[in-house]
Amino acid sequence: MSHHRPLRPWRFALVLLVLVALWPAAARAQEGDDADAGCAFTKREAIEANGGPLGSAIWGRLCQVREGKPSYPEGVEITVSQGEEEVGSATTGADGVFVIEIPGNGTYEVSLDVETLPKGFSLTDADRSTLGNVRVNLGDQQAAFRLGEDTRGQRDFSDYATTFAKGLRLGLIIAVAAVGLSLVYGVTGLINFAHAELVTFGAIVAFALSDAGVPFWLAVALAVVAGGALGLANDRLLWRPLRRRNMALISQMVVSIGLSIAARNIFQIVFGPNSRRYVAAAGQRESAYGPFRLTTNDLLIMGISVAVLVALTVLLRRTRLGTAIRATADNQDLAASSGIAVDRIISIVWIICGALAALGGILYGLSVTVKYDMGFILLLSLFAAVVLGGLGNAYGAVLGAIVIGVVQEMSGLFIDTAYKFVVALLVLILVLLIRPQGILGSRERFG
Amino acid sequence: MSWISVFALALQTAVGFQGASYALAATGLNLQFGYTGLSNFGHVGFLMMGAYGMAIASDRGWSIWVGLALGIGAAVLLGLALGIPTLRLRADYLSVVTIATAEILRLVANARPSAPVTGASRGIGGLSESLGFFRPNFFPEGKYGIGNSFLFSSRQLWSMVVAWSCVLVVTLLVRAWVRSPWGRVLRAIREDEDAARALGKNVVVFKLQSFVIGGSIGALAGALIALDAGSVNPGRWIAPLTFALYTVVILGGAGTVWGPVVGAVTYWFLLDFVDGALNNLWFDVSDTTAGAVRLALMGVGLMLLMIYRPQGILGSKEEMLASGR
Repeated sequence: MSHHRPLRPWRFALVLLVLVALWPAAARAQEGDDADAGCAFTKREAIEANGGPLGSAIWGRLCQVREGKPSYPEGVEITVSQGEEEVGSATTGADGVFVIEIPGNGTYEVSLDVETLPKGFSLTDADRSTLGNVRVNLGDQQAAFRLGEDTRGQRDFSDYATTFAKGLRLGLIIAVAAVGLSLVYGVTGLINFAHAELVTFGAIVAFALSDAGVPFWLAVALAVVAGGALGLANDRLLWRPLRRRNMALISQMVVSIGLSIAARNIFQIVFGPNSRRYVAAAGQRESAYGPFRLTTNDLLIMGISVAVLVALTVLLRRTRLGTAIRATADNQDLAASSGIAVDRIISIVWIICGALAALGGILYGLSVTVKYDMGFILLLSLFAAVVLGGLGNAYGAVLGAIVIGVVQEMSGLFIDTAYKFVVALLVLILVLLIRPQGILGSRERFG
Repeated sequence: MSWISVFALALQTAVGFQGASYALAATGLNLQFGYTGLSNFGHVGFLMMGAYGMAIASDRGWSIWVGLALGIGAAVLLGLALGIPTLRLRADYLSVVTIATAEILRLVANARPSAPVTGASRGIGGLSESLGFFRPNFFPEGKYGIGNSFLFSSRQLWSMVVAWSCVLVVTLLVRAWVRSPWGRVLRAIREDEDAARALGKNVVVFKLQSFVIGGSIGALAGALIALDAGSVNPGRWIAPLTFALYTVVILGGAGTVWGPVVGAVTYWFLLDFVDGALNNLWFDVSDTTAGAVRLALMGVGLMLLMIYRPQGILGSKEEMLASGR
C-alpha cells in the first residue's frame, strides 16, 4: 500500500514556487468585484444617522474615496420623483447621509444635482446622476450613487494578500477535512464517497447543539467527539464486516456511494433544505493585519487547523500509535505479522477520520454557512486535494489541500468567479497527466 | 389516490420513456463497469454531451442528425481525452477524474460567460419543435392505455417507442460484441488485468474502446432525454444521476446483456411506487421532503443490494465471485 516517505525539501520548494508564481499572475488581473474601501453603507448605520427608524424612505450616503480614506460631500441636493411629480428632496449632511420620505412602495426616480457637489467630488459616471428605476418594495430602499474615479479592476497589494490568505484558510479547512479520507484510504484502500457526509455531520451537530443553547466552543468539542464516534460506528457496523467478507474495493466504493446518498438525504429531512449560519459566524468584521484583511474567525480557523495538523503529524511521526498506523498503511500483512492489531488500528484511523472530518465541517460552516449538502459540495475539492498530494499520503493531502484552496481563491481574481471550482479540478487533471502519483505520492501507484 | 393508480402510475414510468432512457444510459455504463470493470463515475458527463449536441443544433437551426453527430462526436472526444491519460492509472484515479470532469462540464455549461453556447443556467429550450422530433409521429392524437391511470399521450407513446427501439438495437449490438473475442478480452481485463496483459493483449486499447463506446451510448441516451424534454439545462446533469445509473446496472445485474433493461424498469417501478405510497400515507409532507425520502431509500437500497445481492436480478453469483467482486 502507500509509503510515507520523508518530506523532500525540493518538493516543498516546488509547491511554494507555484504559489509565489501565482501572485504576480494575479496582479495582471483586469476585472473583478468592487473594492469600496470603507464606503459601504448599511441600514443600521442609516438608522443611527437618522436618529430613529427610517419609515417610508429612500436613503443613502454619498461617499468618495480620497487619498485612501472615505470622505463625504456635504450640501448635495438629492430629489425623489415619481412620474413627473416631485415627491421630496433632501440635502446631505456632514456625514453625507440623506433620507427622503416617500408616500409608500413603488418605483421612483432619484436624482443628484451635480451642481451642488463640493469641489473635489465627482460622479464615477457622469451619466448616472439620475437613478431611473429605484423600486421600493419593503417600505424603504437604499439609493447608491457612485462617486470618485472608477476603481474597479484596480487592486492594491492588500487585495491580493487578502485573497491569498482566504485561499490559505480554505486550503487549511480542506486539509483538516481531507486528511481523514487519505488516512482511511491508506489503511484500507477504500475511497469513501460518504466522507462528505461525515463533514456535514459535524457541522450539523455543532449547529443543533449551539442552537439548543450550548456554548459554541463546547458544541464544537461535542460535535468533534460525535464525529469520532460516527467514524468508529462506520467501521464497526459497516466496513469491518464488509472487509471480513472480502468484498472488492470497487464494490465497497459503490456501497459508500449508497451510504452517501442516503445520509445526505436524511440530513435534508432532519435539517431542512435551507442553509443556516452559526451564531458565532455573525457580525464578523475585517481588520487589517499587515497587508491582510481578516476577521477574528479567519484567524481562529487558521490557528485551529494548523494546530490540529501539527498535532496529527506529531501523532503519526513520534508515537507508537503513529508508527503502527504507518506500518499498517505500508503493508497490512507485514504489520499483522509484527504483532500490530490491524483491525484495532483501522478502527482508530476511522475515529481520527470522523473527528477531523467533523472539525473540518464546522470550520467550513464557520467560513460560509451550514447546509445539508455542504460536505458533498466540498467533496470534489477533498478528492482533488487527496489525489493531488498522492492518494493515501496524509502529508500530501495537506499540501494538496493548500494548493487547491489557494488556486481556487486566487483564480477568482482573474477569471469569472463562476469558473472558480473548475480551476481546481483542472489542476487536478493536469497533475494526473504530468505526475500521476501526486506531489508526494510514490511512483508505484502509477500503472 | 387509490393504490391501483399508484401501481399503474409506477408501471407507466417504468415501461415508459423514463425506463427506456435509463436502460439505454445504463447499457453504456454496463459495458464500461459491468463488462470491463471501469469505474466511470462521471457517466452523466457523456449524457450531457448528447443532450447539449441536440440543444446546440436546435439553437443554430441545424438538423436533428447534425445534433446527434455533434453529441456522439463530443462524447467520443471526451472518452479519448479522459481515457488516454487515466486508463493507464489504477481504477481509483479513473473514478475521481471522471466524477470531477462531469462536474467541470456541468459548471462550465452553467457559468454566465458560457451563455452564447449553452444558455448558461437557463439552458436551451424549444428543442422538439425546431428539430422536428415529433413530426414523424404516426400515432394519432389521443390517449392510449388501459383504465384511468395507465395512459400515454400520443407524444409520450412516440418518444417511448423511439427510445425502446434504440434500447433494443443497442442491446443486441452489445450482445454481439460481448460474445465476440473482443468481449472476452474485456471480461478478462475485468477479472485480471495482469493476466490479460501477460497474454499479449494491449489492455489500455481495449479499455479505451470500451470506455468510448459506452460513453457514446450514454450520449445517445442524453440526446433522447433532451428531445423528449424539449429543453436542456445544466441542473439536470448532476452526480446523483450517475449513481442512479449505477443502481440500475447493479440492480439488473452488472455484466449481463439484459441487466440494464431489467434494472431500469425495476428501478423506476420501485422508485415511483415508493413515491406514490409516500404521498398516500403522509399527504402532508412537502415535496422536497418526499423527494429526499425517496432518494434516501434509493441510497439504502443501493447499499443493501451491493452487500446482499451484488449480482443483481440477472447476474450469477459464481461470475461475481470469479471476478473478485
